[in-house]
Amino acid sequence: MYELICVGASWGGLDAVGRLLADLPIQVDQPVVVAQHRHSTSAPTGLADLLRLRVKRPVQDVEDKMPIERGHVYIAPPDYHLLVERGSFALSVDERVQYARPSIDVLFESASYAYGRGVIGIILTGANEDGAAGLAAVKRRGGVALVQDPHGAERRTMPDAAIAATAADAVLPLEEIGRFLYGLCLEREVS
Amino acid sequence: MAAKADEQAAERDDVDEIELGLLLEGVYRRYGFDFREYAPASLRRRVWRRAHAEGVSTISALQDRLLHDPACMERLLLDLSINVTAMFRDPTFYVAVREKVVPLLRTYPFTRIWVAGCSTGEEVYSLAILLLEEGVYERARIYATDINESVLDRARAGVFPLDKMREYTQNYIKAGGQRAFSEYYLAKYDGAQFQRSLVENVVFAQHNLVSDRSFNEFNVIVCRNVMIYFDRALQDRVHRLFYDSLAMFGVLALGAKESIRFSPFEDRYEDLDANERLYKKVS
Repeated sequence: MYELICVGASWGGLDAVGRLLADLPIQVDQPVVVAQHRHSTSAPTGLADLLRLRVKRPVQDVEDKMPIERGHVYIAPPDYHLLVERGSFALSVDERVQYARPSIDVLFESASYAYGRGVIGIILTGANEDGAAGLAAVKRRGGVALVQDPHGAERRTMPDAAIAATAADAVLPLEEIGRFLYGLCLEREVS
Repeated sequence: MAAKADEQAAERDDVDEIELGLLLEGVYRRYGFDFREYAPASLRRRVWRRAHAEGVSTISALQDRLLHDPACMERLLLDLSINVTAMFRDPTFYVAVREKVVPLLRTYPFTRIWVAGCSTGEEVYSLAILLLEEGVYERARIYATDINESVLDRARAGVFPLDKMREYTQNYIKAGGQRAFSEYYLAKYDGAQFQRSLVENVVFAQHNLVSDRSFNEFNVIVCRNVMIYFDRALQDRVHRLFYDSLAMFGVLALGAKESIRFSPFEDRYEDLDANERLYKKVS
């Protein structure tokens, strides 16, 4: 059974993440963790506020040691790496990874270490290669690797890199990811 | 096939965890540095980064080198104690210090400030500049401590990368800085040498938050983005240390994403500025 959905996005991600979360059927109650690249000086709560306008589930900026709860959406705060431990989050201010903090690789790798095959990793639009190694780590530990179809992505570098790095379980247009997650998460629960 | 591969990965992770535990135990017994209660996810990343830098492919191999080569331990210690920071990081925090903490300090004849886990000193110099501009530096002493002696040497030297000065100047302005930031340093080679007068009232000293006791009574304790590397139990103990080290009505300053909430001392503080994580000890 899946325990955690991790989403990584960069350029164009604000719209894409909003769309994905707005589409996500409410029955899918796995916690969703989002690492979206932002400028380090951007308003600390800006992204969460914007997402709240479109998403019905609770959206929170992560604080250190915050427990992970079902049905919630968690946002990596700007200028911190977000790491997953079993049951809670941890933050770090270690150096940028591939110029990024939060780093999608750091989030995905720690999530896959903590939750193994319980992780669904999703790489969306972006103009750099962050997330490719992280998605490969998710896949290596038996989790599910999903990638937004590069053709429809606002920037395709990131989905292209993810597809090159690992054998994705599905490459999907943005508007189909929500439905796909529904099938994945609820099908498993029935069986 | 796929199931087999991820079972192997899970097995590797289990071994990895055993190796990390053994390494931490070994480091503690050999050198006395206790990282056993650090938050595992970021600790694992940092230890692996050191393993890669040393050119070894397992944590056990790193342990072997650590136990036999103190220089390798020194390098790991640097990895584990350098918290990447910036001058006037989170400028709004410094605005809040100017507006809410400095007025309290003015009521004291003398103030002691502890910057715990000062790393390479960016925050210490920022704080010194702020206190100077507010006219309270003369009556203050800043105790800047870190676990790592060589990090403290860098903090004492007060030389920061020149290519950071643009960012720091922006931060300084947003933090309510009152002068030209460049007045505080001299550019030489690729470093910015900060004025020695800024550290006239600063005492740099080694202190280990994990194992050392309180060493004074303070009016302000600043510990930002240090405890995020600790696990819950260790955080609670450090909160006890800070509580015991603060004078009544003293101020505890945490990082932007840290909170006194859920700590055993939550009730002993009230919010001085909840957004900027400034808490006042009230009982």
